[in-house]
Amino acid sequence: MVKEIERTGLPVVHMCTVVPISLTVGANRIIPTIAIPHPLGNPAMEKKDEVTLRRKLVERALKALETEVTDQTVFED
Amino acid sequence: MKVVHYINQFFAGIGGEEKADIQPEMRDGVVGPGMAFNAGLKPDAEIVATIICGDSYFNENIDQAKATILEMVKQHDPDLFIAGPAFNAGRYGVAAGTIAAAVQQELGIPAITGMYVENPGADMFKKDVIMVSTRDSAAGMRDAVAKMIPLAKKMLAGEEIGSPEDEGYMARGIRKNVFLEDRGSKRAVDMLVKKLAGEDYETEFAMPEFDRVEPSPAIKDITKAKIALVTSGGIVPKGNPDRIESSSASKYGKYDLSAWDDLTADNAETAHGGYDPVYANQDADRVLPLDVLRQMEKDGKIGELHKYWYSTTGNGTAVASAKAFAKEIGEELVADGVDAVILTST
Repeated sequence: MVKEIERTGLPVVHMCTVVPISLTVGANRIIPTIAIPHPLGNPAMEKKDEVTLRRKLVERALKALETEVTDQTVFED
Repeated sequence: MKVVHYINQFFAGIGGEEKADIQPEMRDGVVGPGMAFNAGLKPDAEIVATIICGDSYFNENIDQAKATILEMVKQHDPDLFIAGPAFNAGRYGVAAGTIAAAVQQELGIPAITGMYVENPGADMFKKDVIMVSTRDSAAGMRDAVAKMIPLAKKMLAGEEIGSPEDEGYMARGIRKNVFLEDRGSKRAVDMLVKKLAGEDYETEFAMPEFDRVEPSPAIKDITKAKIALVTSGGIVPKGNPDRIESSSASKYGKYDLSAWDDLTADNAETAHGGYDPVYANQDADRVLPLDVLRQMEKDGKIGELHKYWYSTTGNGTAVASAKAFAKEIGEELVADGVDAVILTST
């Protein structure tokens, strides 16, 4: 899906936990996330901390969208 | 001769998604599908131990899981390692492929696995290990075992493995010298004649398919950009109005988020059947981060959040379907003036 949307010319950032799969399906901007059933959250955390964690991941995704890449890139932090 | 078998929590009968986070464990003898393998391998070989690991645990902790399982395999020093078959279970396929390749490369023990051709684990590891092409569901178990047994026996006996077409495994991209009756020039002309006549012919040198999409240009100023949310994690409005299937999705949904600042247990849920839905059903922002993007929109950190989100379930969904959905979604997003996309996957 990432690849087909990117084919239209829009930059797509893929937020997912299993990075090797994301690389295989051809995502160009990749943000590793927390866990498969809750990529953008952590139920073990207090709600407030969980939102902070989510905001950090989304900020990283926005940063990736603002970054020129020439090849598949994993944005670790 | 000794064989060690790797399976996931589901095929071990431990449980489904709620047990997908179990750590590797080893049991003596056969468990689950190992029975069929054992029956086929006897009397020359038998499964001495079965290693079981939860699919989510493996994929979320690849390095750790791999190291632990390699240690377990080493204890038995088997003559062959069998993983799966994983059919179209994505995380299971990645796990089976990863561990089969690692056992072969790092321990020097021949390994075989099997899965459906669209399993992400297939593209990742078919070049590294003998990987039998199976059907897309466990209904194909009998057929998969029937294909894997003869290969397993050959590997145990150290016999040469024939071509992928003859033996039913996926091509590894290895070329071998063989002698043919006709010389190359004649074969080439024969092919050309067939081609000119519009008949079927088989190339002797299939070109690899490279289907890569160049990265799109970056966003110049994210504070002015219109951002859209798309997910394969199955987040839908409460009640799943379009009845998106929990697996092998035949459609995607498009939903208006303009009235919402937050996803909650009351307004959203997941339709996805391939992961434990508890956390997403409690708070779907954990998959589709509407809450923080709405706040960022208010704070002027992004230009605008697109008023619709798109969703489907990535669980066993055919690649052709996913491509078709995404093509339509992409075209709509462009038409709606969206500048960039955040796509989340579970």
